Amino acid sequence: MSTLLEVRNVSKRFTMGGLLSRKTVEAVQDASLSLSAETPEIFTIIGESGSGKTTLARMILGLELPTSGEISFRGKTVSHRVGRQERLDFMANVQPVFQNPFEAFNPLKRIDRYLESTAKRFLKLSHRDELDGAMDGALQKVGLSLAEVQGRYPHEMSGGQLQRAAIARALIPNPPLLVADEPVSMVDASLRMSIVNLLKSLRDDLGVSVIYITHDLATAYYISNRLIIMQRGRIVEMGDARTVLDAPEHPYSRLLKASVLSTEDAGNGKLATDAGMVKLAGDLVSQAGRLVDRPDGRMVRVYG
Amino acid sequence: MSEDLLKVDGLKAYYQMDYFGVTREVRAVDDITMTIRKNEIYGIAGESSSGKTSFIKVLAAAIRPPMRIVAGSVKYEFKGLSVDVADATPAQIEAIRWRHLSYIMQGSMSVLNPLRRIGKTFEDFAKKPLGLTGEAYRARVLNHLERLKLPADVLNAYPHELSGGMRQRVTIGLATVCHPEFIIADEPTTALDVVVQKEVLGLIREIQQDMGSSVVFVTHDMSVHANMTDRVGIIYAGRLVEEGPTRQMFFAPRHPYTAHLVASLPRIGDTTQRPALDGRPPSLANPPSGCRFHPRCPLAIDKCKTDVPPLVTVANDHRTACWRWQDVKPLVAPQVPHGVMA
Amino acid sequence: MFSVFRDLIRYNIEFAIGLVLVSIIVIFALLSFVSPVDTTLIYLVPPDMPPSWQYWFGTNSRGQDLFWQMSTAMRNSLTFGIIVAVLSRIISLTVGLLSGYVGGWLDRVLMFINDIFVAVPIFPVLVLFYFVLRNNLDSLTLALIMACFGWPFDARLIRSVALGLKHREFTRHAVFAGMSTPKILLQEHLPYVMPIVFSTFMANMLWSIGLEVTLAVLGFTNINNPTIGTTLYWANNHSAMVVGVWWWIVIPVVLLVAAFIGLFLLAVSMNEYIDPRSRLRRMGA
Repeated sequence: MSTLLEVRNVSKRFTMGGLLSRKTVEAVQDASLSLSAETPEIFTIIGESGSGKTTLARMILGLELPTSGEISFRGKTVSHRVGRQERLDFMANVQPVFQNPFEAFNPLKRIDRYLESTAKRFLKLSHRDELDGAMDGALQKVGLSLAEVQGRYPHEMSGGQLQRAAIARALIPNPPLLVADEPVSMVDASLRMSIVNLLKSLRDDLGVSVIYITHDLATAYYISNRLIIMQRGRIVEMGDARTVLDAPEHPYSRLLKASVLSTEDAGNGKLATDAGMVKLAGDLVSQAGRLVDRPDGRMVRVYG
Repeated sequence: MSEDLLKVDGLKAYYQMDYFGVTREVRAVDDITMTIRKNEIYGIAGESSSGKTSFIKVLAAAIRPPMRIVAGSVKYEFKGLSVDVADATPAQIEAIRWRHLSYIMQGSMSVLNPLRRIGKTFEDFAKKPLGLTGEAYRARVLNHLERLKLPADVLNAYPHELSGGMRQRVTIGLATVCHPEFIIADEPTTALDVVVQKEVLGLIREIQQDMGSSVVFVTHDMSVHANMTDRVGIIYAGRLVEEGPTRQMFFAPRHPYTAHLVASLPRIGDTTQRPALDGRPPSLANPPSGCRFHPRCPLAIDKCKTDVPPLVTVANDHRTACWRWQDVKPLVAPQVPHGVMA
Repeated sequence: MFSVFRDLIRYNIEFAIGLVLVSIIVIFALLSFVSPVDTTLIYLVPPDMPPSWQYWFGTNSRGQDLFWQMSTAMRNSLTFGIIVAVLSRIISLTVGLLSGYVGGWLDRVLMFINDIFVAVPIFPVLVLFYFVLRNNLDSLTLALIMACFGWPFDARLIRSVALGLKHREFTRHAVFAGMSTPKILLQEHLPYVMPIVFSTFMANMLWSIGLEVTLAVLGFTNINNPTIGTTLYWANNHSAMVVGVWWWIVIPVVLLVAAFIGLFLLAVSMNEYIDPRSRLRRMGA
């Protein structure tokens, strides 16, 4: 069983402020996870703002270095402080999908530029037909075509189309791993499911693993294999998606699930949150606790 | 005595721009007719570029060139005061602003001046409409803060010293301190975390029931509509395509777009494939002919391409604009989630 | 390209006026290439003749036809200004973009050098160069020296835009699309920086021509080379205002002011046009 990605006891601390008043923020504390190379899966990181999920994603992409611990991809440590060729090799294997499709593309430039550059750099193609072929191939995988996208500016396309084009671009070097940071939170409701379904098909049909970062438990339930729930930098629960979300054990996980609004009570929604639940989850933030295994395969943080 | 607080009739509001020889007319609001009653929460659902933001701006009497009201009326019936936004003078609008009509905007930081303490911001907004001074004013504000479960010393704080949830509460407090009869809430919880969102929503509903005001709640998140609103209106490409009581809209929608919005929501406990919609929201500068949803509609027939379907009443209080409304079935039957809610 | 000009002329009155003014000046300067007289020679025509049908701009006390003199002078001054502006733009763009994007020690070193150049007083240094080089200080050398002084302020401006751009999502996207740093700077970031480059280009031209005039009037350049500044030098030297040869001073000044106003109007109106925000609005975003 070879490992694709291994995150081992990773912590990240940010220090802010000058000489006289330093403030440290522990963005991520002692996080560990691993993805296998054999079975493609969708691994979800669930957390709210301040949970450290974006910092963790940035470290996986090599945009930040962990303060302690190690992240390795196929055995090699991930870092941006390496030579250009090594970095390019890494990027050929791990590609990001960003949250805001309108920001991900330069509004003044046409969008096929990024696709072309990716094809040139990672597939080492130079002929016009080869480049067009590679771009069209990737776009077809996401349900678009080169004819639709060529020569267009970002504002001429919808959020859903742009996000799909961004995913197509990420797929051009045939990477085994995509890191998608809240890829649908800024996409319109009517286009959202097509992107989420697309991520599912990437795993099922193309064998691409996806690290899917979100705060939306419902989509996480819908497409993930495994997931972790983060609270203020710590992983509080980890395991198979359905197992964890059907019956969450950690107080914070329960609070998250209880806060999800469903459409079952349409017209009679109950909006009161159990104050006891909120307090319990809040109190646990300051305690470290430790992760223990449970018989059904999940890991939960327990205290005391 | 009429139950209607707001009557919108045939409203058309367009952006008309002429820049370096390029003229564009964006038909942001294209013929909307609806009423909002007293003491109800009315949800407006629509995506970005559906025209709902422009519609809200018209309701809030906050439109400026290049956007203009081209046709129709927007009549408010407040206690002893009737105002038609379409042809009101600035003085009339000033008279109703904040006292009878207020709004909660998305992104609380943009409402609260980062350089002014909360107390000062309250004064800027509320002192004049309240018409109180000194002790009476202070007492009123403190009373209101207590209702919102905000500590009194929040008045001395700067916005950046408060958490996101508290700031949003302050914004709600700001909008409601004058006890307005009509509150417009534009995506007030979109940027908030799930846990905080539920609290803030609960707060808005409590205040609404307390004061008996009407709230127009705008969001693209259907699950929020399901839990908050009494009635929901769906806006697509500048037009109102369906409107009805919340429960009916979710369990028996009568427009293909609404049916899709409801069916595509993923639910915890359900892993059946969710349907996706082809195509993309139309450009308001160049909308499709006939029914604007026809390029993406699974039920479209030839008639839909040429004739604009009118809003017809299909059940009690339930209107829809679709030629084939009888054929609309909910796409995925709502289920009770399995799994134990611990 | 032509549609851009056509749009601008039709809808922007500043651009139209600026274009007219600058065109007149440029055509006037270009006439010097077909000048029938050698403008470095003196005492060719009767001196101190007021403007007339024979001598449109009159003649000066050195016996030169002022019309051809001014034509050559304008050409030299404009060329000088353009050279300085172009060279210093190149330097400020390179420094600003690199500094902002790469950051770290490169940023610190470049900004350190930048601040030194800002602090050094230009005028005494130029005078010093004159005293060292004397007659070897021709226009080109002076232009090169001034280009080395004209970049610091603008480099900082460009750097601040580059800093902002570094953190935008599309920059990170471009990195993961495999674009190299020079490619990102030149193709992704440059359009955002162009308005600054453009308006500072004009400002730089005005500054360099003005400085050259100052130096020349005081006699610190090669006074045999006809430029606006040296014309004024000779006019002063021959006490033109006192003697009554007013056209020798007034005409160069009027031409200079007209050129400045024309360039300024062009800069302001083009700036509005190429600003990314207005471009986006026009594209219909």
